[in-house]
Amino acid sequence: MPVLFLFLIIIAVVVFYVIGLYNSLVTLRNRCDNAWAQVDVQLKRRYDLIPNLVETVKGYAKHEREVFEKVTQARNMAIAASGVKDQGQAENMLSGALKTLFAVAEAYPELKANQNFLMLQEELAGTESKIAYARQFYNDIVMKFNTKQQVFPSNIIAGMFQFKLKEYFELEEPAAKEPVKVQF
Amino acid sequence: MYEQIASNKRRSILIIAFFVVLIFLLAWVFEQLTGMGEGGLIFAALIAGVSAFASYYASDKIALAISHARPVTKDEFPHLYNVVEGLTIAAGIPAPRCYVINDTAPNAFATGRNPEHSVICVTTGLLEKLNRVELEGVVAHEMSHIKNYDIRLQTLAVVMVGVIALLGDWIMRSVWFGGRGRKSGGNNGGAGAIFLVVGLVFAAFGPLIAQLLRLAVSRRREFLADASGAMMTRYPPGLASALRKISADPEPLEAANKATAHMYIVNPLKNLKGSLNKLFSTHPPIEERIAALEKM
Repeated sequence: MPVLFLFLIIIAVVVFYVIGLYNSLVTLRNRCDNAWAQVDVQLKRRYDLIPNLVETVKGYAKHEREVFEKVTQARNMAIAASGVKDQGQAENMLSGALKTLFAVAEAYPELKANQNFLMLQEELAGTESKIAYARQFYNDIVMKFNTKQQVFPSNIIAGMFQFKLKEYFELEEPAAKEPVKVQF
Repeated sequence: MYEQIASNKRRSILIIAFFVVLIFLLAWVFEQLTGMGEGGLIFAALIAGVSAFASYYASDKIALAISHARPVTKDEFPHLYNVVEGLTIAAGIPAPRCYVINDTAPNAFATGRNPEHSVICVTTGLLEKLNRVELEGVVAHEMSHIKNYDIRLQTLAVVMVGVIALLGDWIMRSVWFGGRGRKSGGNNGGAGAIFLVVGLVFAAFGPLIAQLLRLAVSRRREFLADASGAMMTRYPPGLASALRKISADPEPLEAANKATAHMYIVNPLKNLKGSLNKLFSTHPPIEERIAALEKM
């Protein structure tokens, strides 16, 4: 009789342990999705700022049509992109185009003194760093989730319920990966 | 990290309990000296209870009021807001409110009772003298204090130290005037004993305050906030350069005092030197902190 009792207790403990592990995996998966949604919120904010910026710069630098077109095109491509990898690439192009735009703005002192332009510049810089931090947070959470799926004993539960590893966000900037060349 | 949070919560409860006992004791002494009787004891218990409750819920507001800090909007300081919002995302905590102290001395602190009720406070000098990466470093340091529940402990300490100092003053004065009143009435016997008690109480105050602060702050906690702040921005040189700039600034921060000094990122009471102030030393040497950041 006491043996049966002990057996039941052990079963109960194991069941509760499995439930706990399963729930923590689900929680982490949801946190990953939420973290990725955070990135999207910031990206959306950037898309909204860009037309305003382009209009403001246009008012002072009408002749730089090429740059405006490049920025607008990159923005549209970034909005259309889907998936962690594609989006990353499109966003990189957009960042590059914006850099050119700000470089062009350097040549117009009146534009640089414009209050609206300064505010947009600050907002864009703030949003860029928020995007970076949101991605960093996403990667942190993904690492937690993936680790939980790979370590014992939660890997058994993850396998049983077919949890999938999440993709990290990685920067695919060719320039950043190449070794630095110094020539004299 | 979780260990640190649990330890902070434990110490917060300890510090409140310590405070209740102390207030009760002081009120009892006061009651004995003025001869209020049984009613005084109940009164003492009431004061102790109410002040403990108030210190938990209002200590952040008290700390901000002592420091003459005011809430600011995003329109006024957009880059402060952007930096705070960005690091909020990185830390994964609810956004703290932003306060500013109008003072040219650069410094910053965080307060509140938990991440849901938190405030980051910076001086206008900090906003003027630091560049963006340095500001991010400082805000990340404060954000770590919020995340680790250091703020609850540190802010409680502000109120405790303040109230003890105030009560000491209060007892001293009432006994002084009370004693003189009795003297004129011809009853001279009690006065000597009263002064003895007051003397003892006062002798106990200095070390008591120091002990309280030691409970609330430790050098390890500042190092930890530096480290996790640097991990948040992934750029330790930003905070290192900010610490160097803040400590190199010769101006003392007028709004800071002994009760609030331990909350700031760098000790704001620069003109105080000497062995007594070593007792109140709440910050590890800035060179050690910078060296630790540079090794990362």
